[in-house]
Order: sequence, then structure tokens, then C-alpha cells
Amino acid sequence: MATIILFAPLLGALICGFGWKFIGEKAALITSTGLLFLAALLSWIVFLAYDGQTDIIQLFRWIESGSLLTDWSIRLDRLTTIMLIVVTTVSSLVHLYSFGYMDNDPQWREGEVYKPRFFAYLSFFTFAMLALVTSDNLLQMFFGWEGVGVASYLLIGFYWRKPSASAAAMKAFIVNRVGDFGFALGIFGLFFMTDSINFSDVFAATPDLAETTIRFLWTDWNAANLLAFLLFVGAMGKSAQLGLHTWLPDAMEGPTPVSALIHAATMVTAGVFLVARMSPLMEYAPETMAFVVVIGAATAFVGATIGLVQNDIKRVIAYSTMSQLGYMFVAAGLGAYSVAMFHLLTHAFFKALLFLGAGSVINAMHHEQDMRNYGGLRKKIPYTFWSMMIGTLAITGVGIPLLYVGFPVGFAGFVSKDAIIEVAYVGNAGAFWALVIAAAFTSFYSWRLMFMTFYGAPRGDRHTHEHAHESPATMTIPLGVLAVGSVLAGMAFYGPFFGGQEKIDKFFGIPKGEVRAEAPVQDEQTSVITADEEGETPEEGEALIERAPQTPGEGAIFIGPENDVIEQAHEVPVWVRLSPFIAMLLGFAVAWLAYIRQPSLPRKWADTLDPLYRLLLNKWYFDEIYDAIFVRPAKRLGTFLWKRGDGTVIDGSINGIAMGIVPFATKWLNRAQSGYIFTYAFAMVIGIVILITWTTIAFGN
Amino acid sequence: MDNLLSIVTFTPMVAAAILALFLRGDDAAAQRNAKWLALGATGFTFLVSIFVLVGFDASNTDFQFVEERTWIFGLQYKMGVDGISVLFIMLTTFLMPLVIASCWNVETRVKDYMVALLVLEALMLGVFSALDLILFYLFFEAGLIPMFLIIGIWGGASRIYASFKFFLYTLLGSVLMLVAMIVMYRDAGTTDIPTLLNHQFSYSAIKVLGFNVVGGLQTMLWLAFFASFAVKIPMWPVHTWLPDAHVQAPTAGSVVLAAILLKMGGYGFLRFSLPMFPVGSDVMGPLVLWLSAIAIVYTSLVAMMQQDMKKLIAYSSVAHMGFVTMGIFAANQQGIDGAIFQMISHGFISSALFLSVGVIYDRMHTRDIDAYGGLVNRMPVYALIFMLFTMANVGLPGTSGFVGEFLTLVGVFQVNIGVAVVATTGVILSAGYALWLYRRVVFGDLIKESLRTIGDMTGREKAIFAPLVFATILLGVYPSLITDIIGPSVANLVENYDVATTDLVLTRDVAVSDN
Repeated sequence: MATIILFAPLLGALICGFGWKFIGEKAALITSTGLLFLAALLSWIVFLAYDGQTDIIQLFRWIESGSLLTDWSIRLDRLTTIMLIVVTTVSSLVHLYSFGYMDNDPQWREGEVYKPRFFAYLSFFTFAMLALVTSDNLLQMFFGWEGVGVASYLLIGFYWRKPSASAAAMKAFIVNRVGDFGFALGIFGLFFMTDSINFSDVFAATPDLAETTIRFLWTDWNAANLLAFLLFVGAMGKSAQLGLHTWLPDAMEGPTPVSALIHAATMVTAGVFLVARMSPLMEYAPETMAFVVVIGAATAFVGATIGLVQNDIKRVIAYSTMSQLGYMFVAAGLGAYSVAMFHLLTHAFFKALLFLGAGSVINAMHHEQDMRNYGGLRKKIPYTFWSMMIGTLAITGVGIPLLYVGFPVGFAGFVSKDAIIEVAYVGNAGAFWALVIAAAFTSFYSWRLMFMTFYGAPRGDRHTHEHAHESPATMTIPLGVLAVGSVLAGMAFYGPFFGGQEKIDKFFGIPKGEVRAEAPVQDEQTSVITADEEGETPEEGEALIERAPQTPGEGAIFIGPENDVIEQAHEVPVWVRLSPFIAMLLGFAVAWLAYIRQPSLPRKWADTLDPLYRLLLNKWYFDEIYDAIFVRPAKRLGTFLWKRGDGTVIDGSINGIAMGIVPFATKWLNRAQSGYIFTYAFAMVIGIVILITWTTIAFGN
Repeated sequence: MDNLLSIVTFTPMVAAAILALFLRGDDAAAQRNAKWLALGATGFTFLVSIFVLVGFDASNTDFQFVEERTWIFGLQYKMGVDGISVLFIMLTTFLMPLVIASCWNVETRVKDYMVALLVLEALMLGVFSALDLILFYLFFEAGLIPMFLIIGIWGGASRIYASFKFFLYTLLGSVLMLVAMIVMYRDAGTTDIPTLLNHQFSYSAIKVLGFNVVGGLQTMLWLAFFASFAVKIPMWPVHTWLPDAHVQAPTAGSVVLAAILLKMGGYGFLRFSLPMFPVGSDVMGPLVLWLSAIAIVYTSLVAMMQQDMKKLIAYSSVAHMGFVTMGIFAANQQGIDGAIFQMISHGFISSALFLSVGVIYDRMHTRDIDAYGGLVNRMPVYALIFMLFTMANVGLPGTSGFVGEFLTLVGVFQVNIGVAVVATTGVILSAGYALWLYRRVVFGDLIKESLRTIGDMTGREKAIFAPLVFATILLGVYPSLITDIIGPSVANLVENYDVATTDLVLTRDVAVSDN
């Protein structure tokens, strides 16, 4: 069944991309979409029926050289099944949505066929992403990794008439390649140290890696830390973490369904998946993990600040994505892999919903994306409005704090984001505060988006506003499905992702090992548990049992013997649990004040805080700085090496030598009429060859 | 048939002779006949070569299909293949029919052109199958002549300069290699390559011109061969002939040059330098690794700034050959497997890229990047194919371009991490120059008036590209097709190399303890 899930999208891509001429455009689109829905259905079956056993299906051999043996294969464990449902669900909905969104796209001229190409790219992307998440070795993962990169490249540059689109596509690919540079070195290093790049062998070797040093560049490193770091550099590129994030906002040049699928729900979360997948290595790399937390927190913060001032509706959501990815990395970096995956799952729903909702707005407004030209659209497109409202409630984290009925009650983002913030409080105070502040910013920019779009008086072109219309059913149905997910995903999946170590272990297929009775010290700790949880006696009983040490490679994630971050996160003070909620209220209040109550405020703030405003508006000048220190010097160096290195130095010396050795040749060349030059040259070559040959033969005898 | 290799090698030669002697006139009919005859001959050669591949036993690391006869002047004629050479023969026979088909529109001196290409094929096949030092040398050097002619007669405006540069570069290496061969003959008393492979050349340190040469005779011989192969492949800093040669060469010439001729350098390293002078390789290996790493970064940067499409691809070829030399002198299984794979794969990818330039050059008669833009508007099929090979050139997993790059880097990482890190930056830079080229040529709106009527690929052009597309993807997805064939021979080579160089460490230790 997993094989069908993996190859259905590829088949769809091929049929749609190459077969549409034979079966017709419409049939091609329906085929690829149908195959995706089939894959989604099967994924849910696999997910729900999964029994906790890691299952490996070998397809056929791939790169084999000496002791390096890799296969095309499908590794089926809990992490994979989670990603399967995320990828196929969002992808199938995006396929369906694209029927409406891509219809009559004004970017294309009369008679141009673009839809099969678009659907083929989408399906190909899905295939590559599935290859990534199902891989059983780092190499196939790298295939998927670069495959999604290409799909992303093709889709960002889909409107190839727009120079900005092809520039953005190229930028995305190259910046990702910088990350892949680290990823590739990590793979080489793992092979060097463990003689294998298959997960089971690598995982088994991780405890030894922690004890080994490796000489790399100028100094000795701890092998586990170094390799984990190199792999994380790859994750930074793909997941747009601070430093390698500059491509993500530009990627909004692609059609909106692409932004929803690739640049929000799936591809950009591959880095988080990588860190979770490599948890056996990460657990032995404490310094790298600390680095992951710092980068994650910084990304969450910086992304949120830039999101505050953007005016393009898609860019706001793009920076929001960047920021939310930072949250996930904080959780992963603190060892709460299940929590990172939890947020990945819920984020996929509500962020896809927000993007598709934004697409619906853009569609209604005739491809206008500037929010300054929106306003008052609530009545015109009510269905879109309510979907986006649910998405906003989910991302800002609306729920009922401190209420616990077996799970917290609230929208998806409320449950998963609060879990991350609680984990952060346990692990790293700086990260905790960064995330809480980012949560306030998140709330502000999300409500700002809602208010600017749907409330107030209509701004911009009157004609456009008059013709604003609700989107067709192909677009609103996916919105509805995702809205349901955004409401329920958090509450439904709270238990297995964050409900307690025992539940998490069971869900991720971690074997129980030997169970020992709890030491009395931890009895005291459990009494701190807040009143809400008192009713859960059987739970408490389970919590009293100490976890048996886990062997790396068992189960889908590895939780080291000293890692009890999840247990501790359940015991944080009440004010910590309230903090994200308060931050959310604060953000909402300020947004309401500035965009509903007193719409003149934002201008005033921007004027008083002008340098800060411009810093944020220009995205902290990352693009300008990179251009100045990487792009332009590289071009200058290239020109220099070409003209001076190849030209003056190398050719100069060669010509010098040549002229010295064969002055007569040059004389010939100068004197002879151009028509005869070649004859001379030829005679010379032949002569020399004969001479050499004769010498050879004479000596040979 | 026990003379299969000779049949493969000399079929094109016979066809060339027939053309040269019996085809008269230069009218359209004669031209067509010449092309069809050449296509038939190369196609037939390919079919026969398939028998070599099918009959080849990969698990046997000895030379197979060996033919041995005495020849003029008491020299021996000896041919044979092993796991290292057999695929180069396949590469050559596979590509030549495509090369012939690609010059279907040539109208100047067609008969001569076909003769030159056929002779060239025969000589290249000879290089890869010769098992005698002198025979190898003859094929290796004689191969220069048709290439020289192809550039010099059917080339661009400054073809004379380019062909002379090409020639002068190669000449110096040739002379040194010849001297080395004579020394080898004196030392070993034979020119038989299989015997030489088992002969141990002295590696006790000697003094030359006052310098103490570690590795002695082996290092000296190694250097002499290096002079020839390094120019051929080409390595930085003796690469500057290649961009000029490519720019001036006609499309078919560029394809043969990049896809096959360069590989003679890499093949030479694997046939001579590494197995015959292991100590020399061990001594000089680090230098080669660093030269390769420099080549990758340097030429990628230079490629980025080119205005001429062919020059850009030529520089990219040099960078890719950097991976090859790096893999070879990493001297382990992954490195050498990767190097051979990279050479085969580059044969397909570089041909396709040069043919892609040829497609639009035939239409617009310019290779200037700025003269294009927005081709996807009128040439969707071309855009697709060019995209595929751009990605393959960038080393996208799933295409053959990835496997070689990956394996050579894995190999070198085990030997020298610094080199691996520098070389891996090539993955960023290659994406830079390749995608930038693609963007400027293919993407964008079609604004230029001159391109208004440009037509998409014809059936003939698609037919030429189809086998290349097939091979590139097939080998990317299922590279075992190649590694299964080369694996045992490479393992054997690596084992012998390790024995020889471990031996060296021992003798060094002994020398130290003696003191």
C-alpha cells in the first residue's frame, strides 16, 4: 500500500505532464487529482492502522560502491505515517483547489495550455516529498530533498514571463543548495565514521560517535556534534531558518496553491522532519542541539517582527511560516521531537488554510495582493472570511486556558504552540521569552491581516471591490476541510504527541523495555501537577513509572536517557501556561486599536519609530548584505579569474613558452595567406606525429 | 569471435576508407550518401559493441576479449578490455551515431567531415582497448589529427588559434609521455600492458638536478604521464585550451571532445598512473586532490561570468573533470567508482548540453547568451530537455550527474576532508552558473525581434536527444548498471594500490629504524 502511495503522484505527474495531449486537458487534471486523493485515502488507512512496528520495504538497488550500499526503499514508522497524511492530505486539497484558482489565470495568453504543467509539477513535488519522508537512508532522503527543491524551483518560476518569478526561483534553488552543501557533507561524514548511510546502521553507531573526535578543517570536533550540525545546516536551508531564510518570502512569486502546499505545509517542514528523524544522532549532540534552539528562537522572533509591517498578504503569511518553523525547531532542539512534529501537523492545517484563504481573497480581488487595497471584504466573501477567521484563531492560539478535559480545549495552534512554549520554559529561558514575544507579534500581524482585509472601508480600486466575488466550490471545499482540521487537530492529537511520555512512547513505537517502580523523589514532583489533571488517576499511575532506557534506532524517535523535557513541561508554573494566551490577547488588542479603533495610529508609529520601521520593512537588510558580501564578490572574482587568471597568467605564460619554442611557426602564421594557414598547420602536425612514431618504433625495437 | 574488439575498432576505419576512396562528387546526393554511410557504420559499430558488453564477465578482473598478434617491426598488436575500459568503449560507440546525426545539416566538405569523425571514432576505440604501450601511444596521439582537422576546417572564426593552442598544449605532454614509455620499456623489457601492470618500478628516492625525489623513478614516470593526461582531461591550470577549442569547434566536434576525448585523460590515469606507479601516485596524490578542488571552484566561478554559451559549458566541463581527477586520486572504491561513473555520465550530459547549444545555434547563428531570452515561449520541448540536462549538470539526484559527484566526494572525504569541503562548494556554484544560464536563455518573455519565428525542435533533433535523456535518467535511478560492471575491476585496482602503498610505509619505517 505504501508503494502505491509513493508512486501514485509520480504516475499522476507523468500522465498529466506528458499525456494531456492524448487524453485531453481536463482528463489529465482529473487523473492526477484523483490519484492524489487515492494516495491521501491510503495514507490515512496506513496511519490509523499502523501498529508501531518499523517496516522496511525494499524496492530496488540504488547507488552501490564498495561498502556503500543504498536502496530505494520505504521505511514505514510513525514519523513516516505522520508525514504521509500531512503531505497527501494537503496536496490533494491543493490539487482540488487549483482547479478553481488556476482557471483563467490572467498571467497567460489566450490559447496557452498551462494547467497540465502546473498539476504535473504539483504531483511531482508530492512524489519527491513522499520519497523524502519514506526513505530508509540519507541518500534517498537527499534525493527527495533536492527533488522537492526542483519542484519548488519550477513552481516558483511558474509564471516564467515575470522576471521576478524566475529570479525568485533561482534564488530559492541556490540558497537551498547552500543548505544542501552542509547536508551533503554530513552524509559524507556519517559514511566516513560509520561506514553506512542507512538509518538503522547510523542510529546504532550514534553512541560511539559521541565518544569520537574527528578532524575537520582547522580543529578537532566531537563527531556527533559536527555531523548533527552539518545535517542541521541542510535543515536550515530547506526550512528557511535565519541566515538561509531569504528565499522563502521571494518564493511567494509562485501561484498561491504552491505557497500553501510547498512553502507552508510540507516542504519547508522537511528540516524539522530531518531533525526528528535524526533524533538518535541529535540526542548525542548537545552543543548542536543548543544551536538549533538558538537559531529556532531567533527565527521565530525575526520572522514575526518582519511580518508586522509587510503589506503583501502572501508575504505576511510567508514570514509567519518562517516564524512558526522557528517554533518547531525550538521544540526539536530541546529534545521534544514529538512536540515539534505536533506543531508541524497542526501548522500544516492552519497555514495551508490561511494561504488558500489568501488565495481566495486574491482571486476575489482580481489578483491584487496588496492589503492596503483591501478592506471591508467580510460581506463580499463570507465563506472565505470565516475560513480565514478559523485559521487566524488557530495560528494565534485561541483556546480556553487551564481547562483540561483529557486534552486542552482550543484551536489547533493553541494546543501545539503552548506545548512548545512550555517545553521552551523548561529548556531555555531566552528561547521561552523570544517565543512568547513572537506569539504576541504573531497575534498582531494575523489580526492586522484580518482587519485590513475584511474590516473597515474598502480601499483601492473601486471597480475591483464591486466585482469581488466568492470563489467556486473547488476552492471553498478544501478551505472547509482544512478549517475542520485547524479546529480539531490540536485536541485530537494532543495525547500521542504531548500527553505524557508513556503515550508518546506507545504512539511512536518505542518498546517499553523493563518497567521499574518510581523512586519516591519523583512522587513529590508529581504532586505539583496542577489541579486540572487531578482527575486523571490512571495517567498519574503511569507517570509514576520510570522510563526504561531506549536503544537508538528503536521506535521512530529516540529519547535519550537524560531527556525528560516532556515530563518537566507538564509541570511548569501556571503563569508560564498562561503567558502565550496573554501574549495573544495583547497582540489582538493592539491590532484592534490600530486597525479598527484608530486607523491613523500605524502611520504615526511608523513615523516615530522610523529607523526601526524601515529595518523591518527591508527585512533586516539580509538581501542587501548577502548581495554585498556573497553575490557581487563572487561575480567579481569570477571575472577576475577569467580575465586575469586564465587570460593574463595562464595563457600569457603558455603563449610566451609557445612563442619561444616555435618562433618559426608564428612567422609562418603571420606571413602565410589565411587560406593556406591550415595546410601548414596540418603538415606540421603530421610531421611531428610521424617523427614521434618513428622514434617510438625505433626504440621499441 | 575472438577478434571482436578489432572489429569494433576498425569498422569505422573501414567505412572511412570506403568513403574516402569510392565516394565521388560533392552534390547533394553524394553528401546524403556519405552521411548515411557514416550513420550506418557507427550504428553497426554500436551493435557489435553490444556483443562485447554482453559477453563481458564483470566478476573476472582480468583482461577479456584479448587479441594478440605480431605486427610490423616486431611490435605486438594486443587488444583487450577489463571493467575499467569496457564502458568507455560503449560510451564511444553509443554516442557516435548521435554525433553523426547531429551534423545532418552540415554542407561544407561533408565527405571529409564524415571521414574525420569515423577515423576519430576508430582511434578513440583503439585507445580504450589497446593493451600495448606503443599501440596505445599511436592511437592516443593519432587521435589528435582528426580532432585538429575538425576544429581547423569546420570550426568558427578563430579556429586556427584554437587548434594550435590545442595542439601545443598536447604536444608537450606527448613528448614527456613518450620519454617515460621508453624508460618503462628499458626498465621492464616489454611494452605489454598486462605485464607492466605487474611490474614493480623502483621507488627508492633518487636525486634529480639536486632535488631529492621521493618515490624515485615511479614519481618521475608518474609526472611524465601526468603531463599528458592532465592536459587531456584537462586539469587546472592547463585547461585554457579547452574553452577555446570548444568555442571554435563545430557542434559535433564539441560533443566528441567533451564527451569522449577528455575521458582519455581520466582513462590514462586509471590505466597507467595509478596501477603502474602507485608510489608515485601516493606521493603526488595530495597535489592532484588540491588541484582538482581548485579546478572545481575556480572554473565554476569563471563559468558563471561567461557570455558565450559554449564557453560556459566548457568551463563547467573542466569543473566536472575536477571531480574525476579528485575521485581517481582518492584511490578508494567510492572515489574511483565515482570517477568512472562521472566520466560516463558527463559523456551523456555534456553531449546533450553542447547539442542543446547546437540546436539554437543552427537557428540563430550566435552563442551569445544575451541574444536569447524567453525561448520557452516558442520552444517548449527544447525548454524541457534543456532543463533536464541543466539539472543533470547541476548534479540533481535521480540523474546520472549526481551519482558520480556524490561517490567521488564520499571517496575523497575519507582521504582528505579539506579537499572534500572545498569541492563540495561546487554544488552551490554549479547551481549558480547553470540556472543563471537557463534563466537568461529560456525564461522571460520573448522580447527580441529576431526570435519571433524561432521553431521548436524537429523530429530529428528529438530523436538525437531521446537516447541521451533515457541514459541520463536510467543511470541516475539505477546506477548499478555501471557499478556492477566496474566494481570488481576497481576493487582489484584499489587492493593492489593499497598493497603497494602499505609496502611503502613499511619500507619507510624500516629505513627510519635502520638509521
